Amino acid sequence: MSTIHVPTMAEMMAQGQTPDILFWVGCSGSFDDRAKKITKALVRILNECKVNFAVLGAEESCTGDPAKRAGNEFTFQMQAMMNIQVLDGYEVKKIVTACPHCFNTLKNEYPELGGKYEVIHHTQLIQELINSGKLSLKDGGVFKGKKITFHDPCYLGRANDVYEAPRVLIEKLDAELVEMKRCKTNGLCCGAGGAQMFKEAEKGNKEVNVERTEDALETQASIIATGCPFCNTMMTDGVKNFNKENEIQVLDVAELIANAAEL
Amino acid sequence: MIAAIIFSVLLIVGFGWFGLNILKIRSNILLGREVNRKDNPGERWKVMTLVALGQKKMFKRPIPAILHLGIYVAFVITQVELIEIIYDGITGSHRAFMASLGGFYTLVISVIEVLSVAALIATIAFLSRRNILKLARFQKPEMKGFPTFDANLILVMELILVCCIFTMNGADEALYLRGASHASHEAGSFGFAISSWVGPHVFGGMSTEILLVLERIGWWGHWFMVLAFLNYLPYSKHFHILLAFPNTYYSNLEKKGKFTNMEAVTNEVKLMLDPTADPFAAPAPDGAPQRFGAKDVNDLTWKNLMDSYTCTECGRCTASCPANITGKKLSPRKIMMDTRDRMVEYADGKRKNGKDYEDGKSLLFDYISEEEVWACTSCNACVEACPVNIDPLAIIVDLRRYLVMEESKMPTELTGMLTNIENNGAPWQFSPADRGNWIHED
Repeated sequence: MSTIHVPTMAEMMAQGQTPDILFWVGCSGSFDDRAKKITKALVRILNECKVNFAVLGAEESCTGDPAKRAGNEFTFQMQAMMNIQVLDGYEVKKIVTACPHCFNTLKNEYPELGGKYEVIHHTQLIQELINSGKLSLKDGGVFKGKKITFHDPCYLGRANDVYEAPRVLIEKLDAELVEMKRCKTNGLCCGAGGAQMFKEAEKGNKEVNVERTEDALETQASIIATGCPFCNTMMTDGVKNFNKENEIQVLDVAELIANAAEL
Repeated sequence: MIAAIIFSVLLIVGFGWFGLNILKIRSNILLGREVNRKDNPGERWKVMTLVALGQKKMFKRPIPAILHLGIYVAFVITQVELIEIIYDGITGSHRAFMASLGGFYTLVISVIEVLSVAALIATIAFLSRRNILKLARFQKPEMKGFPTFDANLILVMELILVCCIFTMNGADEALYLRGASHASHEAGSFGFAISSWVGPHVFGGMSTEILLVLERIGWWGHWFMVLAFLNYLPYSKHFHILLAFPNTYYSNLEKKGKFTNMEAVTNEVKLMLDPTADPFAAPAPDGAPQRFGAKDVNDLTWKNLMDSYTCTECGRCTASCPANITGKKLSPRKIMMDTRDRMVEYADGKRKNGKDYEDGKSLLFDYISEEEVWACTSCNACVEACPVNIDPLAIIVDLRRYLVMEESKMPTELTGMLTNIENNGAPWQFSPADRGNWIHED
């Protein structure tokens, strides 16, 4: 694997350069060991396509999404206002993020607080890169003939009506995309949204991620693809719950593409 | 003459009482806070046409959608016959429009009859789904008692209504065949699609005296059922047949993931972040300070309250809710039913005892528990599932806002998560300085 090149906004500014797009990494992508791999997979794709991007590094902070979903509008707006000051300071116009929660918050909830940017999900950016011929996948790649199912992240799908970009990418892998019985607008949550990721579930008879993993197992897919670091955690735990971690991989769409492009 | 007077009194009382109830419901809905849902009328008309008139979202489940469509179309078209019933009732005429409309009259009544048969089949199917097949979404705890009775009662009323239509037309057909109908002194047939068969086969053997009585029972029964239905509606989940239209017109047109911005908070946060701001320069807010979030129904918006009146308790929301599916107490349908029940209780209390009356109860705690509020994953499955664009999530979020911002009540792990965001800029306890470390790690 090649070494990655990740300039920060501060470094670029010091050199008098302006990136075309800011990669908003998010808390999970920055700190969670599993999610960091997704972050790096996306960076490798960006590097391969020579995308002129930068990250905020230590200047990035939580978008405030979990605070808003938990009902704490004060914490959310404090975070949002501080982030907007940083983003506007660097004159950011376009943002890509690999986290649907950051995506939704930046795209839909920052504008009313003064932060107006073009925000896209990483699957949409990768689709653009492939369509424009900047990224090409090797024929008969590692996923040829494999069954892959896609778990729709709620904050990408229902929340923002993005259903096709991740599916188009999976189909480019020469793999067989198999849908779960509950998919797209009817997709079942992984159980992490609405700040559930950070608390124990209320009393019930099952964990949501186990229920969702059953949907995925029914498809006989050997790979569960996601587009959200939190869904990734929940589905990975779900697969472990069934002791299937040796047979079934849970991978982000960015990782699938980076692997298929041999990056 | 007496019949015409009785009919007219029933007409005035029936429609008048209904009108009063509509005004009451309107004032209950207006207890809610203001929210602007009047922008973009073009898009709103489109949503209403597709979702309410076209029943687009019903077709996610084709079988109930087709059955429902049968009853819906029959219900709408049958109202055409009401025009003649009212005219006949007031003037004492019999099938007043038959002679002047001729073949068109036969066509209209025939269409009504065919649709009535479709409605009859659908009604029986719906009763079976609820009472024999016992579909899971109709058996949830919030459906015990009145909601189940309400649903069955409406279906039984529809059955009676259809029976009245065929008794009326069938008996009249049998009378017409022997030249005894009030519609004409000659013998003949109305030529209606269904009753031209029902008339001779079901009623043909009966005496003229009995048929004349039966025809009147069918006609008056139809009129009584219409009035009973109309006046039961405001007390029933079945009110959706009217409110589905405004409720979809006033739909949330934003992306579902966008939660509302709280402007009161924005003003305070701006003051906090602006070092030059003079907090005393801020104009005093007019009136009593508004509560953050919602504790009771008057803290919700009028659209939340309209949503609750529009809910027909079909349970598609609850059937798609990940929390409910995995056995948690949360049921989005219960959130809507609780909101409506509390609104009626709250408004009736004020009406009876004056506007300053407080009954010491609230939507949160007395109707909806904290456990339910915290079980939500905010996944929007309930919002997506609702055939009439109700948004239970908006209410859940406002209840959370009240708990967190007014009472600091939340699961302890969330307190930690919020502290971490405030101190470290991440929901976990990592140093903000380490945020870029991944760049240089292997």
